[in-house]
Amino acid sequence: MPLYKNGSFVQDAWTTIREGEAISPAGHVIAPLAWWQAERQAFDQSHVPIGVLIEPGASIDDFIADLPRLAVIALVIPKFQDGRPYSMARLLRERHGYKGEVRATGEVLIDQIQPMLRCGFDAFEITDPITQAALEAGRIPGVAHFYQPGVNEAPQPGARPWLRQAGR
Amino acid sequence: MYRYDEFDAAFVADRLNQFSDQVQRRLSGELTEEQFRIHRLMNGVYLQLHAYMLRVAIPYGALSPRQLRKLAHIARRYDKGFGHFTTRQNIQFNWPALKDIPEILGELASVEMHAIQTSGNCIRNVTADHFAGAAADEIEDPRPYAEILRQWSSIHPEFTYLPRKFKLALSGAPHDRAAIQVHDIGYQLVKNEAGETGFAVYVGGGLGRTPMVGHKIRDFLPTKDLLAYTQAIVRVYNLEGRRDNKYKARIKILVHEKGFEAMRDAVEAEFAADKSDLLALPQNEIARISAYFAPPALTERPADSQALKARRARDPAFAGFVDVNVAKHRQDGYGLVTISLKPIGGIPGDATAEQMELVAELAEKFGHDEIRVSHEQNLVLPHVALDDLPAVYDALRAQGLATANAGLISDIISCPGMDYCSLATARSIPVAQRISERFADGPRAREIGAMKIKISGCINACGHHHVGHIGILGLERKGVETYQLTLGGSGDESCTLGDITGPGFSYEDVVDAVETVVDAYMGLRASPDEDFLSAYRRVGMAPFKKALYERDSGSDI
Repeated sequence: MPLYKNGSFVQDAWTTIREGEAISPAGHVIAPLAWWQAERQAFDQSHVPIGVLIEPGASIDDFIADLPRLAVIALVIPKFQDGRPYSMARLLRERHGYKGEVRATGEVLIDQIQPMLRCGFDAFEITDPITQAALEAGRIPGVAHFYQPGVNEAPQPGARPWLRQAGR
Repeated sequence: MYRYDEFDAAFVADRLNQFSDQVQRRLSGELTEEQFRIHRLMNGVYLQLHAYMLRVAIPYGALSPRQLRKLAHIARRYDKGFGHFTTRQNIQFNWPALKDIPEILGELASVEMHAIQTSGNCIRNVTADHFAGAAADEIEDPRPYAEILRQWSSIHPEFTYLPRKFKLALSGAPHDRAAIQVHDIGYQLVKNEAGETGFAVYVGGGLGRTPMVGHKIRDFLPTKDLLAYTQAIVRVYNLEGRRDNKYKARIKILVHEKGFEAMRDAVEAEFAADKSDLLALPQNEIARISAYFAPPALTERPADSQALKARRARDPAFAGFVDVNVAKHRQDGYGLVTISLKPIGGIPGDATAEQMELVAELAEKFGHDEIRVSHEQNLVLPHVALDDLPAVYDALRAQGLATANAGLISDIISCPGMDYCSLATARSIPVAQRISERFADGPRAREIGAMKIKISGCINACGHHHVGHIGILGLERKGVETYQLTLGGSGDESCTLGDITGPGFSYEDVVDAVETVVDAYMGLRASPDEDFLSAYRRVGMAPFKKALYERDSGSDI
């Protein structure tokens, strides 16, 4: 599946598995959270990269202890109108200082790319051909002026008000 | 009044380009109708029964004459010569063509207006007391805070896809004219014991099919925490609010199902966990925004106006207008003039382009360039010298705008109902018109006194019937319209939901039923000073029920 990251489409080194499928000892597997939690003992001594797939109903508290172990957190966007993953991404970045990949998977459409970036997503699994074409053409619709701080958008020092900034 | 700086103007231009691009992509087929629907709603464009409707934000109800003239121009050029002021300080144009909408938005942007977030599952247009900055009972002007909330919530990346719409309202006075307890979050400016200003915060109020009065979640929130605390509430809601059923998706349902204490704990925990002070409002920023709302320089005038007195003495219609439509200003010699958009037999909230232009002109000549839109669907000139009232009245009268019914029985809030709305199950505007004709704005209406009638044409309750002193809900039963009455509702600081009287009434009979309630009240009130709501609270439903349902057969027919 095409993966958009850091401004271009890249080779996806990760495989997403379903519950019941084996987590490869070589890692680079994104496993459903419950499956990872059931299988994790096998990886206690291993440092292979592991990712988890998080459904929007989950709470970060359910896997907060695992954060240092996780290289990818893939947040499921069941429908593009589902706003829960946006809050989860911000919490992961801002509250928990998570530095790994925060990936969007599911109904990821072009008009949601900008707000997702601003909430701390940095990788996007793209299935929609129109979205893929727009991203390949470098067209991310959105606004260029923001009234609130975004993730990784430090307010410009000395700039006017406390929240406003021009986009990157 | 707030003025856009370059940043604000650039932001609105961005948004306009973004939306124009979305319209183009819809027309070219790149966006499906379902995808486009979400985007157009986020920009105030609805598909109604007959046409597209554009809902334009009037943040906290504040308008300049230039803006009102632009609305008149839009009404004339792109619509049928009128606009409809809503219960949430918006104006709706009911007949624009979709292709014209980007151009209309461009016209709006030229006067610092927009339609951003007037619909959709996001933080909606922020509303406030329409008497803000002028009322005699005000603690502090809520508009600067409303403006700060407006900016912060505009295209908020985290809160663009909430479970459902989210409405904020602010009041700066102990008497709540903004119905804050029936909003998702209501903020009431208060002083603490140390004399500092802050907010009492209410959460989880709302009307619709499951009406709820908001819970007070904070007695005192320091003003600097306004955004951080709001973020905490909205974040808990975004993560935990129901998404399985749109009728159970508002925050009031979350508060109800989770339990208020648990909700409060969750919000406080989220607020406490946010260690960043990014959202803390610096005092100088509050001061900077507040400066835009500095009160106009009003010349000192005697408390009693001779011009007013003289005209009153010879003109009872004028006296009636002043008694009913002019409220007490905080400065002697001035008044707040309510311009009723409820002409007898008219459509509540409608104004023609000519009427808008007249109000703009009066604001320039006599009103220090300020106009307000109230959630009760009227316009307000907030700073008029009492000496100028005769001239203002004469001009209003010439344009059919001098209806003397502010706060009286014919000052009815009504949703558009079946005449415009695709959700409606019954007519509401014609019911409002018939009640208005029955009671009018003369001596009988004044004798009845303070009375809020609110009419909704379906259970979504856009006409706020739950908080009407008399509420009317139009339903459909087996293909026939039937109207349920509720009594004793109130949207002010004593917020209460009305009680259902019993079986509903037919379209033909509902006005008689309202009159029966009014007559019963007139017969039982302790004195002419005891208004309907007070009387209802004293005596309860029984006498009204009796009057409505236990008439001797024959004697009344």
